[in-house]
Amino acid sequence: MAEISQQGSGGKKNEKVRSKKTSTRIDMTPMVDLAFLLLTFFVMTTTLNKPQTMEITMPEKPNKEDKLPEINEKNVLTLVLGKNNKVFWYMGITDPKVVLTDFSKDGIRKVLLEKKAELPKLVILIKATNDAKYRNMVDILDEMNISSIPRYALVDITPVDNELIKELQL
Amino acid sequence: MGNVKVHRSSPSIDMTPMVDLAFLLVTFFMLTTKFAPEEPLAIDTPTSVSEIKIPDTDILTISIGKDGRVFFNVDGQFTRADLLAKIGEKYGISFTTEETHRFAIMSSMGVPIGNLKQFLAMTTEERKLLHQPGIPCDSANNELADWVLQARLSNRRLRIAIKGDRDSDYPVVKKVIDTMIDRKVNRFNLITNMEKGV
Repeated sequence: MAEISQQGSGGKKNEKVRSKKTSTRIDMTPMVDLAFLLLTFFVMTTTLNKPQTMEITMPEKPNKEDKLPEINEKNVLTLVLGKNNKVFWYMGITDPKVVLTDFSKDGIRKVLLEKKAELPKLVILIKATNDAKYRNMVDILDEMNISSIPRYALVDITPVDNELIKELQL
Repeated sequence: MGNVKVHRSSPSIDMTPMVDLAFLLVTFFMLTTKFAPEEPLAIDTPTSVSEIKIPDTDILTISIGKDGRVFFNVDGQFTRADLLAKIGEKYGISFTTEETHRFAIMSSMGVPIGNLKQFLAMTTEERKLLHQPGIPCDSANNELADWVLQARLSNRRLRIAIKGDRDSDYPVVKKVIDTMIDRKVNRFNLITNMEKGV
């Protein structure tokens, strides 16, 4: 596929000795084929999205003699993560009214934003039942980030909570 | 009438710029590609809106599978070699140089320490086929705690990451987190994926 360059033929008439020149161009097609093959391979295999990470800091286990801070129960919002991606929430501790919601945008996020606007000193307790999945935990921590809630804690579920959500469970 | 001679330009075009570009891209992708090490445990991470990227080095990964098995991984060959020596010392098992080397280049693993020697004696293919039971992390026999503790002694800059499957049960995750808190590890990273469509 040697190719004669066309522009060269016109201008060089006064040259006396004409050495026979072979074209300097080479056929690059196979090389290009190979280059694109490799390119496709690497594009396909590269995973550009590195996994994200969520930083979480858990409180240290309190010593027995430590005095735990006390908070007004009116500021406490408890979230219970239940079976099948359900969330139950209630305010306070004495005689709480449990409401069932979910992880959607209009579900728990709305509640969080409302309560946050209402109570500046809001403290959220997150309690996951044994039926909850890891995904639920990540989702709820994510919601904390989205709603930028400063005070929240992952705490153990109590039998009282289990009783409270029992009626709404199914 | 039909004999008009069309001026034909050569059908071959100059491909040099295209080749330049193609090779530039090939080089770029070749250099940036890092082949993911084969994980014995398939994990679908949950999604989050968090945008912090996980660091590449000094990372200890605790994987939690769908079925509740817990796997352990730490990067850095020297860290791993050192870690194995420390674990061996603690459990009264001595590992040969060959075994240490094998451990150093391995990825995630989930066998009890008692079976570790046997596990290291296997070939890579055999290991792939083996159903690894996971690292015990019950309160009675918490080997995970020892792994984490010794790994942190081997490499003090280590960050701890928990890579849980989205469908793994919360009690298992809690067990792992409690293990960490008991050893005064209060900060960790939860590995997640980018949330789609938010």
